[in-house]
Amino acid sequence: MRRAILIAVPYAWLLALFLIPFAVVFKISLSDIALAIPPYTPTAKDGIWNMLSQLDFENFIFLTEDDLYWKAYLSSLQIALISMLLTLLVGYPMAYAMARAPEQWRPTLLMLVILPFWTSFLIRVYAWVGILSGEGFLNQFLLWIGIIDAPLTILNTNIAVYIGIVYTYLPFMILPIYSALDRLDGSLIEAAEDLGCSRIKAFWLVTIPLSRNGIIAGCFLVFIPALGEFVIPSLLGGSGTLMIGKVLFEEFFSNRDWPVASAVAVILLLILIIPIVLFQRNEQKQVEDGK
Amino acid sequence: MAETVFAPWDDPTEKPLIRFHNVTKRFGDFTAIDDLTLDIFEREFFALLGPSGCGKTTMMRMLAGFENPTEGAIELAGQDIAGVPANKRAVNMMFQSYALFPHLTVWDNIAFGLRRESKDKAAIAARVEEMLKLTRLEKFARRKPHQISGGQRQRVALARSLAKAPKLLLLDEPLGALDAKLREATQFELMDIQEKTGTTFVIVTHDQEEAMTVASRVAVMDEGRVMQVATPERIYEAPDSVYVADFIGDVNLLHGTAAPSGEDTYVVTWSANEAPVQAASTRSFSTGQTCHLAIRPEKVAIHKDKPEADNAVQGKVLDIAYLGNLSTYHVELPTGDIIKAQVANTRRISRRDFTWEDPVWVSWSKTAGVLLAE
Repeated sequence: MRRAILIAVPYAWLLALFLIPFAVVFKISLSDIALAIPPYTPTAKDGIWNMLSQLDFENFIFLTEDDLYWKAYLSSLQIALISMLLTLLVGYPMAYAMARAPEQWRPTLLMLVILPFWTSFLIRVYAWVGILSGEGFLNQFLLWIGIIDAPLTILNTNIAVYIGIVYTYLPFMILPIYSALDRLDGSLIEAAEDLGCSRIKAFWLVTIPLSRNGIIAGCFLVFIPALGEFVIPSLLGGSGTLMIGKVLFEEFFSNRDWPVASAVAVILLLILIIPIVLFQRNEQKQVEDGK
Repeated sequence: MAETVFAPWDDPTEKPLIRFHNVTKRFGDFTAIDDLTLDIFEREFFALLGPSGCGKTTMMRMLAGFENPTEGAIELAGQDIAGVPANKRAVNMMFQSYALFPHLTVWDNIAFGLRRESKDKAAIAARVEEMLKLTRLEKFARRKPHQISGGQRQRVALARSLAKAPKLLLLDEPLGALDAKLREATQFELMDIQEKTGTTFVIVTHDQEEAMTVASRVAVMDEGRVMQVATPERIYEAPDSVYVADFIGDVNLLHGTAAPSGEDTYVVTWSANEAPVQAASTRSFSTGQTCHLAIRPEKVAIHKDKPEADNAVQGKVLDIAYLGNLSTYHVELPTGDIIKAQVANTRRISRRDFTWEDPVWVSWSKTAGVLLAE
């Protein structure tokens, strides 16, 4: 009985905060736009049977007809993928250095990685506007040391979006990799060297495979939220930055086309389910391996 | 039977495989190895024995190439190996934790070192199979390290370190993680494998029984220095210092002054109230020189009445330790000293002749003890 209650709590949570809202969004995506409150038809006021009979997949068909949408999805995938790789490239050496740091330093280093979360995410992204803009700190600094003659255009480009995503999601990459590397037994590296590996070879053959689970976890934790990211591309990106989060926002608030916006959201969720399922599987395998 | 005894250390023409030349290793202010000179010969099973922190692991790590001596030189087959990195040395190590790669199967673990030096797949496979057979692991080749038992893991570690046919195999507390029964069986297995492969083994251990069982020679270490290097028999029967006598096995120590009483025999005055005892010694002592007489408990006999013996003292039984095969009697002398006498329990369910508080005599011959200066 107590077990049933314990299990029921997370399921109730999922039902109330994920499944029901999803059902609502899915229903709206099958509706038509209307000049009313709420801005779609049919609603439950028309009677349940009446409402169900009027639903159709018109909005989903519309998404395939206008190339804006699939281009936005593709561009989001591309940006999320590239940012994930960049975050990995920056995060792995940091996690490695942290795991190799003297024992008494590690809690401090860990704290420093988490520290940015103490400031609002929005404020931190706005701070990047100040750094990257034409008259921003970065350009002023580069001009001052004489590397460039004219200010670089970084803000409102994809580069700014990459910088923003890498900066924001770096802790999510570092923490799982750090935890994998921290558990790594140093004698394994010595054993590899003893058996004829150079330092670099030992890193490839032992360290990387043994931190694989951390790398995979970190990549998913960056890729999944980056795919639907809205704040970073809208604040740092330019008109050329096409991301599905932005499209979604525009459909909802500028066009007030809730049905199409809902359809966009449903497709985004379906795209995200693939990596989420893969992530779950990886986690489960890790538990089964007992490692 | 004119079988030649394996004793290259007694042959002055024999060249050692490893030679420590006045090696000193310091970590900051701490001296781990203090001016150490030592020869280890080919095909030897050499044990480094000592309490933790005595420097034995540091010596091994210097041989493996993970540490370099601060002063002095280490020669392997006549060549100074200082500065040669671990991956370029014909030396392999079996780690205390085994350090098996958890992401690789038993087969791939054993093949790991071979793949680094050769591309010949067939040759690697043949060598791995050979190693699997040697360590009786054929059935477990496809398993991962976490799917096999501790004893099997130990054998995988051994197979992996032997696979490259090193000139020298280092074993760092190889049996520490095994339970007593398995440890004993594995000791003989190790000796067997050492004999079969003809590899020189250097084993680090704090377990004296293990060192005595497997090794051809034992180096007893303390605080970065080698106290004595000798065969297990000599270490036990003829220790050359009180430290070694006390560290290896159980020992009774009598402190006193020596006086010569004949050829190679001395009279040791050890107590104002008790009669002096006689001891034979090839080591010479001058009259009045301080000395220590070390006598192993099994060489001390225990009697009800005063025996006819070179040395006999009276006391009373203070404690009895029953070990199954042996019983050790702790006999307290009137001086307060305690002499331990060990008796083999040769008969089953025999009535014990002595019990607590019994007045008894303990005796030993003059050749039973070793007379030591320090």
